[in-house]
Amino acid sequence: MELVLSAAIGVLSGSGIWLILRPRTFQVITGLCLLSYAVNIFIFAMGRLTVGKPPIMPKGGFVNTANYADPLPQALVLTAIVISFATTALFLVVMIASKGLTGTDHVDGSEPTK
Amino acid sequence: MIEQNLILILVLLPFLGAILAATLPVNAHNAAAWVSGLSLGAGLLLLAVLYPRIAEDEVVRGVVRWLPILSLNLNFRMDGFAWLFTGLVLSIGVLVVIYARYYLSKTDPVPRFYSFLMAFTGAMIGMLLSGNILMLVVFWELTSILSFLLIGYWHQSQAARDGARMALIVTAGGGVALTVAMIVLGQIVGGYDLDLVLRSGEIIRAHPLYPVVLGLFLLGAFTKSAQFPFHFWLPGAMAAPTPVSAYLHSATMVKMGVFLLIRFQPALGGTELWFYTVTGTGVITLTVGAMIALFRHDLKGLLAYSTISHLGLITALAGMSSTGAIVAAIFHICNHAVFKASLFMAAGIIDHETGTRDLRRLSGLMKAMPITGALAIVASAAMAGVPLLNGFLSKEMFFAEAVGWHNGTWLDSALPWIATFASIFSVAYSLRFIMQVFFGPEATDLPKAPHEPPPWMRRPVEFLVLTCLAVGILPALTLEPVLNIAGRSVLGPDLPEIHIAIWHGFNTPLIMSIIAMTAGIVLYFAFARRIDAGPEGPPILWRIRAQKIYEWLLLRLSWAWPRFLHKLFGTERLQPQLRLMMLIGLVAAMIAVWGGLTVAEKPLTNDLSPAFAIMWLVGGACAIGAAWQAKYHRFAALVLLGGAGLVTCVTFAWFSAPDLAVTQLVVEIVTTVLLLLGLRWLPKRREEIPGDELLSARIRRLRDLGIATVGGLGLAGLAYVVMTRPLVPNIGDWFLRNAYYEGGGTNTVNVILVDFRAFDTFGEITVLAIVGLTVYALLRRFRPGAESIALPEQQQGDTADRLGNYMLVPATIMRWMFPVTLVIAAYLFFRGHDLPGGGFSAGVTVAIGLLLQYIAANVRWIEARIVILPIRWMGFGLLIAAATGIGAWLFGYPFLTAHARYVDVPLVGKVPMATAMAFDLGVFLAVVGATVLLLIAIAHQSLRSARLRELEEEKTPEKSAQKEAV
Repeated sequence: MELVLSAAIGVLSGSGIWLILRPRTFQVITGLCLLSYAVNIFIFAMGRLTVGKPPIMPKGGFVNTANYADPLPQALVLTAIVISFATTALFLVVMIASKGLTGTDHVDGSEPTK
Repeated sequence: MIEQNLILILVLLPFLGAILAATLPVNAHNAAAWVSGLSLGAGLLLLAVLYPRIAEDEVVRGVVRWLPILSLNLNFRMDGFAWLFTGLVLSIGVLVVIYARYYLSKTDPVPRFYSFLMAFTGAMIGMLLSGNILMLVVFWELTSILSFLLIGYWHQSQAARDGARMALIVTAGGGVALTVAMIVLGQIVGGYDLDLVLRSGEIIRAHPLYPVVLGLFLLGAFTKSAQFPFHFWLPGAMAAPTPVSAYLHSATMVKMGVFLLIRFQPALGGTELWFYTVTGTGVITLTVGAMIALFRHDLKGLLAYSTISHLGLITALAGMSSTGAIVAAIFHICNHAVFKASLFMAAGIIDHETGTRDLRRLSGLMKAMPITGALAIVASAAMAGVPLLNGFLSKEMFFAEAVGWHNGTWLDSALPWIATFASIFSVAYSLRFIMQVFFGPEATDLPKAPHEPPPWMRRPVEFLVLTCLAVGILPALTLEPVLNIAGRSVLGPDLPEIHIAIWHGFNTPLIMSIIAMTAGIVLYFAFARRIDAGPEGPPILWRIRAQKIYEWLLLRLSWAWPRFLHKLFGTERLQPQLRLMMLIGLVAAMIAVWGGLTVAEKPLTNDLSPAFAIMWLVGGACAIGAAWQAKYHRFAALVLLGGAGLVTCVTFAWFSAPDLAVTQLVVEIVTTVLLLLGLRWLPKRREEIPGDELLSARIRRLRDLGIATVGGLGLAGLAYVVMTRPLVPNIGDWFLRNAYYEGGGTNTVNVILVDFRAFDTFGEITVLAIVGLTVYALLRRFRPGAESIALPEQQQGDTADRLGNYMLVPATIMRWMFPVTLVIAAYLFFRGHDLPGGGFSAGVTVAIGLLLQYIAANVRWIEARIVILPIRWMGFGLLIAAATGIGAWLFGYPFLTAHARYVDVPLVGKVPMATAMAFDLGVFLAVVGATVLLLIAIAHQSLRSARLRELEEEKTPEKSAQKEAV
């Protein structure tokens, strides 16, 4: 499982990095999404992988923490998902507005002169 | 204990006065002056109360613990030297306040003036009384900023703005050097306590970093005290109102540097390096200042250079570090403050009553203002060092030290000569000031008819001149006891008792004085006319202006060089910037983990599930496919991106994170639809971009592929190594144990978000609201590109009809789904505290419900029916969240402390009712508002382009009609 998931993180982040270095705005926004998946899974994986132990507590009684997944990375990633949604939305609008203003979808706002 | 509080009050009083003065109405001249004067007067009273303790050579302390870990406490200490200096600052402050009351015109906004003045006094006193060298620097910089504001008080005038900025750049620049010096000093002695530093002189002087510390320290002191070559800011600061000049350049601002020199002399002084730099700089400043002062035509300019010269004298004394020299330096600080403050005030009166400060225009004022004239004559005689006045005494002490103290260096042997030489000029400029302003024929072409000022404008000058006389004639009865206390506090308790006498017999210092006096008088009368006609500086030397050099340097540093460097290294293109960022990130990560990254001996793994592997095979393919297709096939890339997102979502569900899975799912839906809406506005991409297949483009892509591969491999390796090691026990366990007992909820992740770390969530929804508003603002003035205006072909002709028919069934379903979506949202919301769900996913679900309506119907249909006012929802959401947080205060708990209990609701059963629920409601509202706002803003653009299309169509027939007519 760990091997598969780390490979997944690698593929997602590799594709993401390659895309954010591209010249077209849509490529960059796609790259940003992929990169945020990779980073979110990475942060999540720092709490180690546990199957079938969601951090939902019984009402009262002794709590054996070994029986539950680490809630901290989950809480962090939840915030990260929200923020990456916000940045993606903002980027999207900047992308549209920039296209409307400059007439090109190049990240520099003008076609390369060569 | 009482003394401790008294000291704290002493520091706080001026700041309180500042706040009070700032709240007064703009024209409350009297009230502002009374508030300021009384708060300073109260400070003087406190000083008087403290005197008995100080007189017994005690150090009075006041400590407020602040950051004990960083050994940074509000630590105030007052010894004799600080007492004397504080007294000087306060008493001249009171006089300046009285003077300013009559000096400022009716139209000047007074609250600003007095509040700055008071705050400056507070910062000054704070600096003087700081018992911690870091805190000292804080107050030091505070005075730089406040003096900037004071000098620039008349900000309408270009000269005031320039002068203020120059003063700030020079003194605050020195302050930065001083900060570094203090930090290094603290590291050397192992603490930032002033007493500790002063005790550790030997350790400091023996330390290899001593020259560095000394250099930086002196840079701070010299810039503040306007020592050569940093003296030029002081004449520039003369654009300030005269009360400010009288205050800053007599008792306060410029004296801080010499205060620091004398204060730290036991710790840093006594070496040859100290002597050469401090005394060397001092005598250069003394001479240069005195020489230039003689040639200035501006009354305040003359006084400014004279101030520089006298500061040089004090600095020279501080560098000699004999006991006599230090006492003489302290003595001269007081004397100079007294006579220079009175002279500045007199200059202000002359300016105020005649309308000019030009020495060449002023003449024969003795007739019109005899009392002011008499006062100014006495004060400038003190400045020249005429016997029976205070300036004479400290100057004699300086001469005596120059002659009597030896350390065998050439500078030491030259000192008496330099001192006499500079004094000649000092006599000459004092004489010029008096002769040209008050004697000679009566000036006829003055802008105003001169007359005596209001009596209370003159009182401060009278008081100061009286002090000059009292100290000059009866030194033993006035300043001598305090001077001895101050001297002992700097030099140690076994300092022999010092006696200041007016008559020491006919000795070398007296001969030097007589020579200086005679030569000065001769110099003035011989050259008076030529000085008047000449430029504002000594022959030849006037061409070299430090200010010009400063301006040249500033222009280069702040404009020319940065632009040049930017041209050389900078780029406005995004790709190189991102590439650089990626590379830096890669290198930094590599450095951080280099050598430490090894796979655990017994890797902990979960058994591989084939389904999971296959799932990620698809997910990985989706990611790579998206990367591959994003340029020419955006829609395909978007679908593939969604695939990768779904796999991510399932992964969260697989590994016990149901909350994440739910959130990821709803966010995924919204993101995809928003991106779909955005696709419409991007340029058509059917043919190849020119130059895309060139070799250079291929190489570029290959290089980026390399970076991406390395980055991906690195992250994968890092993830694997960490994942296969056992989990280190962390704060997560605490959250698990306390989620129910402390937060009243069983879903730990949700409890963390809305209770334990609610403040983070509060910030997060604020960010979301900001994004919503930004998007709205950005799109308000959006103009689509010309090629996007036309209706897409899918919406034209037969295709549109056919599509409408295709969409009928899904559209009906989607419309019916709306209430169902709302129920799901409510379900997610209410179970959030105990089971996966919560305000955020519920909010996004509502937004999805609306989103479906956009897809099912058209924009016009939905905009006519929409009942959500997103901006209000957002606002109320934030308000509710904040109010929940503030509610905790009412019960005496910190912000956002939650309270939880279960309530029996008939039919439904036990329902968790935590205040966290109200907070979650705020989150929900804010999220709905922000997401819907995003959605509306983006979707609305299609209406806008429809309007544009209509406009275009209206224009076209007109044009064709015109053509036909032609």
